[in-house]
Amino acid sequence: MSAGTRIAAAPASLWRGPLLYAGMAALLIGVGVLQGWNVALSILCFGLISAIMALGVNIAWGYAGIFNVGVMGFAALGGLAAVLVAQPPVAEAWAAGGAGLGLSLLAVAVTVAIIVLVRARMARGAARGWVTAALIGAGYAAARAAFDPAVDAIEAVNPASQGYLGGLAAPIVLAWPAGGLLAALAAWGIGKTALGLRSDYLAIATLGISEIVIAVLKNEDWLSRGVKNVTGLPRPVPYEIDLQASADFVARAAALGLDPGEASGIAVKGLYALMFAVVLGVLIWLAERALNSPWGRMMRAIRDNETAAAAMGKNITRRHLETFVLGSALVGIAGAMMVTFDGQFTPASYNPLRFTFLIWVMVIVGGSGSNWGSVLGGFLIWFAWVEAEPLGLWLAGGVVALLPEGSAAADHVQAGAPHMRMIFMGVILLTAMRFAPRGLIPERTGR
Amino acid sequence: MTDILNALVLFMNFVGVPALAYGSQLALGALGVTLIFGVLRFAFFAHGDLMAFGTMVTILATWGLQAMGVSLGVLPTALLALPFGAAAAVLAALSADKAVFAFYRKQRAKPVVFFIASVGVMFVLNGLVRIIIGPDDQRFADGGRFLFKVGEFRDWSGLSEGLAIRTTQALTVVAALIVMVALFRFLERTKMGKAMRAYSDNEDLALLSGVDPARVVRWTWVIAAVLATLAGVLYGLDKSFKPFTYFQLLLPIFAAAILGGIGSPKGAVVGAYIVAFSEVMVTYAYRKFAMYLGPQDWAPEGLLQLLSTEYKFSVSFLILVAVLVTRPTGLFKGKVF
Repeated sequence: MSAGTRIAAAPASLWRGPLLYAGMAALLIGVGVLQGWNVALSILCFGLISAIMALGVNIAWGYAGIFNVGVMGFAALGGLAAVLVAQPPVAEAWAAGGAGLGLSLLAVAVTVAIIVLVRARMARGAARGWVTAALIGAGYAAARAAFDPAVDAIEAVNPASQGYLGGLAAPIVLAWPAGGLLAALAAWGIGKTALGLRSDYLAIATLGISEIVIAVLKNEDWLSRGVKNVTGLPRPVPYEIDLQASADFVARAAALGLDPGEASGIAVKGLYALMFAVVLGVLIWLAERALNSPWGRMMRAIRDNETAAAAMGKNITRRHLETFVLGSALVGIAGAMMVTFDGQFTPASYNPLRFTFLIWVMVIVGGSGSNWGSVLGGFLIWFAWVEAEPLGLWLAGGVVALLPEGSAAADHVQAGAPHMRMIFMGVILLTAMRFAPRGLIPERTGR
Repeated sequence: MTDILNALVLFMNFVGVPALAYGSQLALGALGVTLIFGVLRFAFFAHGDLMAFGTMVTILATWGLQAMGVSLGVLPTALLALPFGAAAAVLAALSADKAVFAFYRKQRAKPVVFFIASVGVMFVLNGLVRIIIGPDDQRFADGGRFLFKVGEFRDWSGLSEGLAIRTTQALTVVAALIVMVALFRFLERTKMGKAMRAYSDNEDLALLSGVDPARVVRWTWVIAAVLATLAGVLYGLDKSFKPFTYFQLLLPIFAAAILGGIGSPKGAVVGAYIVAFSEVMVTYAYRKFAMYLGPQDWAPEGLLQLLSTEYKFSVSFLILVAVLVTRPTGLFKGKVF
C-alpha cells in the first residue's frame, strides 16, 4: 500500500487464504459451543453483511484508489429501500398529501427546465449568475409552498403508527437490488461532481453527503417516519413464533435434542445466513470475474499509474465513476439486507464509526485490492467488534473487583467498558497498517 | 425607522452574535487543520476527537478546581483549567505522531496512508473520551451568564427587540482574536514561524536552508493541539460538550479550511466565518425579521426558514462542493497537489 513498503519477494502461499478462512470458521464454531448457536449465527449473518460492504468499499478503493468515507449514507439508503419496497402503502396519506408532493416535484422540474433554457440564451457573466440565483430562489419558494402543507397533511395521518407514505408492499427480497440501485443513483450524482478531486477532498465530500443522508432520513417523517422508526418490516423467512406453534417443527427439534425456542431462532437465522451467503457468493464471483477481465486489468493499470493509463487513452474519470457507483451499489445492497435482518429501520442508529470507519478497518486489515481479503476482513473485524464488548466487560470486571463495591468509580468503569471496542479497533487498524500493510490476504500481483 | 432598527437588532441577536462566536470556534479548529495540512501534508481526520480529548481533560480539571472552591468570578473556571487540557492534547498529538505518523514520514508514504492512519488515531481518541467521560452531554460553564441581557438592552435603547450577549460568546470572540493575532505574529515574525511557512511552501528548499524538520513537525502538533483544545473548550462553553458533536464538527472545519484554501492560515479564518454565517443564516427563520421590514400589519405565512436546523451540515457540504468545483485552490490559493 505505501510506496516504501518492501513487498515480500515470494508470493503469499496459496494455502494462506483457505487456512485463514478455516480459522475464522473455527472461531465462529467456538462461539457456537461457548456462547450458543444463536449468537454464532447472528455474528455470521452480520459478518456476511459486513463482508458485502467491505467488498463494495474494496471495489472502489482497491480497484481504483477511491477513498469513500460515505459508506454509512449508502447503507442507510439501502435501508430506506427496504421500507419503500416492503411496507404497505398508506392510502390515506397519499390522498392527503400525494398531490401536494407531486406539485412540488413539478415545481422543481419546471424550475430546472426554465434555468436550463435561460442559461442557454444568456451570455456568460454576472447577470446570468444573478438571474440563475433569483430563479433558484423563486423555484425553491414555489416548491416549498406546495411541499409544506402536503407534508403536514401526510404526517397528520395516524401519526402513532403511520404518518408517512408507506411503500409498495412488494416482497422484501426485492429491496436488496432496489437498495443497490438507490445507492448507485446517489453515488452517480456525487461522483459526477466530486470525483477527480484529490483523495482527501473526496473523503470530506463523501463524509458530508453521508451525514446529509442521515439528516434527511431522521427529519423527513413523510418518507420513512424519521426518528419514529419503521418497525415490523415483513420478513422473507418464517417467524419464530409460527415455527414454535408448528407441531412438526417442535417434533423435529426434539429429535435433535433442542428446545423449540432455541431451535426456531437457529432455523430463522440459519435461513437468513443461507440467503446472505448466496448473495455474497454471487457478488464475489462477479467481482473476481470483473477483476480478472480486461476491464479489471485496466482499472489496476489506472490505479497504479494514472498518467500512463491516461496516455494510453483510458478515460480515467469515467472508469473511476464506474467503480464508485458499483462499490456504492454493493454497500446499498448490504444496507437493505441488514434492515431486513433487523426487521426495522432506525435512522438514529447510523453512526459513522460503526458504518463507515469500521468497514474501512475491515478492508485494510483484510487486504486492500483483494476481494477474498476484504471478505475475510468483514467476518473477522465484525467478530472482533462484537466480542470486544464481553472482553471489555471482562477487563472492566477485573478493575471493578479492586474497587470498593457499588462505588461511583466502579460504576463508571463498568459503564465505560463497551467503549473499549473503539480503542481495540483503532489499535487493530494501526497495527495492521504498520506490520501487514498489504493485509491478511494480500492482492495477488504479477500474474 | 425604529422598525429597521428593530429588525437589525433582531438579526444581530439571532444571527450576528451566535455566528460570530461559532465562526471564531471554527476558525481555531480550521487553523489547526490547515497548519497540519501545510506542514505534514495530509488531512488530519482525528482533529474533532483531539478537540474532544483536550476539552474532556479541561472539563475534568474544571470539576476538580470547582471542588476545591476555586473560581474566576464572572469568567468560567474552565479558563483556569485550560492549560491542563491543552497539555493533555499536546501530549496526545505528540504521542500519536511518534507512535504512528513518524514511521510513515520516514517511509515517505502517500498522503492517503497518513489519512487512514489518522482514522486509527481517531478511533483510539474517541474510545478514550467515551470511556473516561462517557458519551453524554456535559455542561461546564459557570461564572456570569450574560454580559447584558435582552431586557437590559431593551430598557437602554427603548426598542421593542432586545440583544443579549452571553459571557461565553464575548469570551469566545475575544479569546479567538487574541490567539489569532498571536499566531499570525508567530508565523510572520519568529524564526520558528518562518521555518514552518518555508517548510510548508517548499520542503526541499527549507531543508537545504537548514530548517530542522523534526522541530517544525513538533511545533506544528503543539500549536494545532493547543488551538484544538481552545476551540473545543470555547465551543463547549458556548453550547455543550458531547463527543459525537465534536466528531461532526470535522465537516464545517474542513469546509472552512478548504474554502479558504487549505494550507493558508488567513484563508482558514475567513473561511470559518463564511461557513458559520452561512450556516446560521440559512437555518434562521426570517418571519419576524420580515414583519418589521414589510408593510404594517402584514405577516408572512410560514416561518420563512430556508432549511430546518437539522440540515445545517448540508450548508457546509454545499459550500465545500461549490468551492471544489469552481475554485479548488480556495479563496486564498491554498495547495492542491
